[in-house]
Amino acid sequence: MSTSISSTSPLVTMKGRKNGFILVLDENCAYPVLLAELKEKLSVNHQLYQEGPPISVKVEAGNRYLSPEHRDELIAVIRSYKSLEVEQIESNVMTRDEFENQEKKEQLISVAQIVRSGQELMIEGNVLLIGDVNPGGTIRATGNVYILGTLRGLACAGFGDNDSKAVVAASIMKPTQLRIGSHVSKLDAVGEQRQQEEGSDSHTIEVAYFDQEQKKIVIGKIQNVMKHRDLSTDFKRNS
Amino acid sequence: MGEAIVVTSGKGGVGKTTTSANIGTVLALQGKKVCLVDTDIGLRNLDVVMGLENRIIYDLVDVAHNRCKLNQALVKDKRFASLSLLPAAQTTDKMSVKPAEMKKIVDALKADFDYIIIDCPAGIERGFQNAVAGADHAIVVTTPEISSVRDADRVIGILEKEKQITPPRLVINRIRQHMIRNGGMLEINEIMDILAIELLGIVQDDDDVISSSNKGEPIAMTPSSKASQAYRNIGRRILGESVPLMVLDDHPGFFHKVKNLLGMR
Repeated sequence: MSTSISSTSPLVTMKGRKNGFILVLDENCAYPVLLAELKEKLSVNHQLYQEGPPISVKVEAGNRYLSPEHRDELIAVIRSYKSLEVEQIESNVMTRDEFENQEKKEQLISVAQIVRSGQELMIEGNVLLIGDVNPGGTIRATGNVYILGTLRGLACAGFGDNDSKAVVAASIMKPTQLRIGSHVSKLDAVGEQRQQEEGSDSHTIEVAYFDQEQKKIVIGKIQNVMKHRDLSTDFKRNS
Repeated sequence: MGEAIVVTSGKGGVGKTTTSANIGTVLALQGKKVCLVDTDIGLRNLDVVMGLENRIIYDLVDVAHNRCKLNQALVKDKRFASLSLLPAAQTTDKMSVKPAEMKKIVDALKADFDYIIIDCPAGIERGFQNAVAGADHAIVVTTPEISSVRDADRVIGILEKEKQITPPRLVINRIRQHMIRNGGMLEINEIMDILAIELLGIVQDDDDVISSSNKGEPIAMTPSSKASQAYRNIGRRILGESVPLMVLDDHPGFFHKVKNLLGMR
């Protein structure tokens, strides 16, 4: 039956591109039928896919919802050929839960308070604190931490998600400890790091981020950090 | 209807009891009816500092457990008729009184006194909860040391969550001007930057505070001393007067004076 449908209009279309191809999946047919056709399509060129140079594969599912199990299954089918690498699986559809989780991750929550010794502020998403974090106080966010005030305590960005792209920004940066994702930086190391930047005493917002090359947390003036690193994507998430 | 003020700090040994005794004395000197309440059950000191130890018959725990009337437990100060003390018990511990019982006692005292000064024990456990239960206002005592400021910060955080208490005010105690000058102590501005609450007063370190405590006479009764002056100012600020901060006493050395003369500061 599947062959008869595919003869009229293909359920899986392969589009070539520079370093690989895109698999465009039909939106309307049943999932098992689709999977069967995908296997069939890939098996035609199995020799090339097993032994050839690496090929990057992008999957476009259109308006079909793919559950996590379906995604795993698709990846497994494609990976069964050694040269094929799954770059991305794209779908226009997400469940309400997934959407809400994403919404939470991207939200910016503003809080006006002094986080004092022994207090802990935990925010899902990004946090804008209007106030200080005192020594012994802790601020955590799954996303970025922005502080309009002095950071003297512990700040943790990318908490839980191990997001090493998250940043901590503060008007005055004097932390006891900084954490970004799973990376930890203590004050002495931070102090050393900062001296390499010119004149850290001026009144400018400083940003702490994880430097992929140096493999450590680095503090810089916001202007300089933006030169080295595209922070705009991080900040854009909130708009 | 009186006001209840709790004097607290988190850390021990920063001068809560001395501050309580002196604020109470100063307010009584200003003609207010004052009751000092010692909530440091098991480690009571306020009665000793006030020189009233030998007149205690009943105590706070007796009142809480209805073993006596509130009036019977109050010790009247021999020097001022308007000053009384409700002493803590020395034999039991802090768990013998519940915050609700404490609140009832303080509420009863408010009917008879203008000010109830509650001396809080160190720590943030039951004793602290007892002391805070009936309070309307709070005074946080700190010294210019990192550990003391850290604990004050913690206590301020807890006090700010107590809805019935107005924002706490700060007393910085035991300031040693020469140590601040050579960087060995935190500056007042640094402390204020971190704690960010209203400053009620600053008290210089003064040997006379200790000797007068040992005599059972609060320093506030010796008008000549600097610390006494500081406590009087604090008392007037509590009464709502606007008093400028004291200029800290500086004893410049000989070389300093010569330098000053030559204009080489």
